[in-house]
Amino acid sequence: MKPAATLAALSPRTRALAATVLIGMVLLVLPLAAGALGAAWVRTLAFAALYVMLALGLNIVVGFAGLLDLGYIAFYAVGAYTFALLASPQLTDNFPALARAFPDGLHLPIWAVIPLGASIAAGFGVLLGAPVLKLRGDYLAIVTLGFGEIIRIFLNNLNAPINLTNGPQGITLIDPVRIGTLSFNHPVAFLGLELSALQLYYYLFAALAVLSVLMCVRLQDSRLGRAWMAIREDEIAAKAMGINVRNVKLLAFALGASFGGVSGTMFAAFQGFVSPESFSLMESVIVLSMIVLGGLGHIPGVIFGAVLLSVFPEVLRHGVGPLQEQLFGRTLIDAEVLRMLLYGVALVLVMLYRPKGLWPAPQHGAPAAGSVDTGPGAVTSRSFP
Amino acid sequence: MGSFDTFLQQLFNGLVLGSLYALIALGYTMVYGIVNLINFAHGDVLMVGALTALSAIALVHSWFPGIPGWVLLVIGMLAAIPVCVLLSLAIERIAYRPLRSAPRLAPLITAIGVSILLQTLAMIIWGRNQLTFPSLLSPDPIAIGPATVTSTKLLVIALSALIMIGLLVLVQRTRLGRAMRATAENPRVAGLMGVDPNAVIAATFAIGAALAAVAGVMYASVYSVADFYMGFIPGLKAFTAAVLGGIGNIPGAMVGGILLGLIESLGAGYIDQLSGGVFGSNYQDVFAFIVLCAVLILRPSGLLGERVADRA
Repeated sequence: MKPAATLAALSPRTRALAATVLIGMVLLVLPLAAGALGAAWVRTLAFAALYVMLALGLNIVVGFAGLLDLGYIAFYAVGAYTFALLASPQLTDNFPALARAFPDGLHLPIWAVIPLGASIAAGFGVLLGAPVLKLRGDYLAIVTLGFGEIIRIFLNNLNAPINLTNGPQGITLIDPVRIGTLSFNHPVAFLGLELSALQLYYYLFAALAVLSVLMCVRLQDSRLGRAWMAIREDEIAAKAMGINVRNVKLLAFALGASFGGVSGTMFAAFQGFVSPESFSLMESVIVLSMIVLGGLGHIPGVIFGAVLLSVFPEVLRHGVGPLQEQLFGRTLIDAEVLRMLLYGVALVLVMLYRPKGLWPAPQHGAPAAGSVDTGPGAVTSRSFP
Repeated sequence: MGSFDTFLQQLFNGLVLGSLYALIALGYTMVYGIVNLINFAHGDVLMVGALTALSAIALVHSWFPGIPGWVLLVIGMLAAIPVCVLLSLAIERIAYRPLRSAPRLAPLITAIGVSILLQTLAMIIWGRNQLTFPSLLSPDPIAIGPATVTSTKLLVIALSALIMIGLLVLVQRTRLGRAMRATAENPRVAGLMGVDPNAVIAATFAIGAALAAVAGVMYASVYSVADFYMGFIPGLKAFTAAVLGGIGNIPGAMVGGILLGLIESLGAGYIDQLSGGVFGSNYQDVFAFIVLCAVLILRPSGLLGERVADRA
């Protein structure tokens, strides 16, 4: 039997299952292959998983609900600083009362961190969403941008008169992730393999990312997801259909923010260090460009965009530097600058030539792939018995 | 220095800052009035103007070391203006014009992309470090009553006032101004009346860019530094000013700019006392954002504007 015929003969469910298993196997093996190339690549993969979560969260706000949020990174920052404050010596060093209450220091375990990060970020999401409910389009974008900047300024300056965030120096000595007795800061032997700390983090982040994807897929097909798409397409019609636009919008902000919050906590644990510099407008724009490039509102597209825009610059960094040395004798364009250039060009080109993204959602009502469009007015043999 | 003297000093500083914001805000408001687009890259045009002027000044100074400072300043502006105008026209032609009928999200995202591109190009050409903008006019402080000013700051206020008057004359009394007002009101009918909307839009971008170039040179003169990121915050604040005055409204942008400058300066000066030491003047930037949120939530049409912010 020809392979193509075999594949076509399988039901869509089986095909989906096979694809899932394949992807799962690739995800499991990937860090081991990357580890052979170097620890930097495993780190890139871990960050790619984090960015996938961030992109999915922003996709809920921008892609599903149509609310352009340019300050999304603020929720990432909130999550990161939540974990940083609750799992590092920062608070106990600066507040003697807390040092007395927790003589061993503050070390929040992971099963408490994730829900806490999610809920605090969601709270901030509601805080942002509440005043901007009647703004749309450009104005909403600017206000959310302002909100992101305000958060960053506060994080940068809350080191006087009481030292909450340690200002521009950031918070260091953040605990790594601890699951039970397993601490993610040294290699672990598993099934005969030696897994480095980076690879452990990758698996955790990949698992969280898969969980996020599942959540988003379920949300997309739920009543809430449909309500979001309704207000995205036409808010007034949605209101007329009985959708509580205020609550639905707030939920979009809150849920999107919670994804950012969880990613933030993981980021803080991964890096062991947070500072306001990592949460600038550029980061918000990066996440936005991932979902715009990938396919706004389309989950596979968003994942694709996130992975592409987090891995490709690293590939570029490793390739372009030596290439420039060879061609020009010196490095004309720094890798960091190149990365930014890439994002800018990506945004402009995508909007000009593929505004729906590289992997857009299939159009509703369009003929399915493979069916023959006979055109209007054509009479098929089945029309008139 | 008595408290009234401090007040006067802060008032003056606010006027200087406000004049700069007004110049930049005019660019935002004119473009928004005509094509309904927040030109995100406007702040970066300002940055390009400042850096171009810096390079031109450095170049001319190396050729003719004896040239007086004010001539260098004029040369700097004369170099910055055409560069910014051409840049802005190119951006409009390449990135904004094809998307004029696209849904709202597209031009905004493109504008963000253009902004990043400009910053990156500036990083490549001028490097990432902060460059010093030479103080070209005499830095000696002049006392006007109890307030201390410098000639640079006086120039900012005077020049901005002149430019704003010139712009009002342009918009109200000339054919181009009439064409601009007509296109802002209804592009299609303006076209029927013999106005070429593309030309008018291009002219709007060009004028806005020229204003931004001047503002950039002045901004760099006042603060004595210039780098690739200098356009972002002033751009954002100038947009706030434009919204405060009523977006699409030219006198509104002027009023909004000056008002925002005053709010920021007085706020930064007094916040220490008002908050009992909790918040210092390093929270200065937050004022603009709070004003922005307050205006958009409480009075979206701005102080002088008729347009409402409820755009889909």
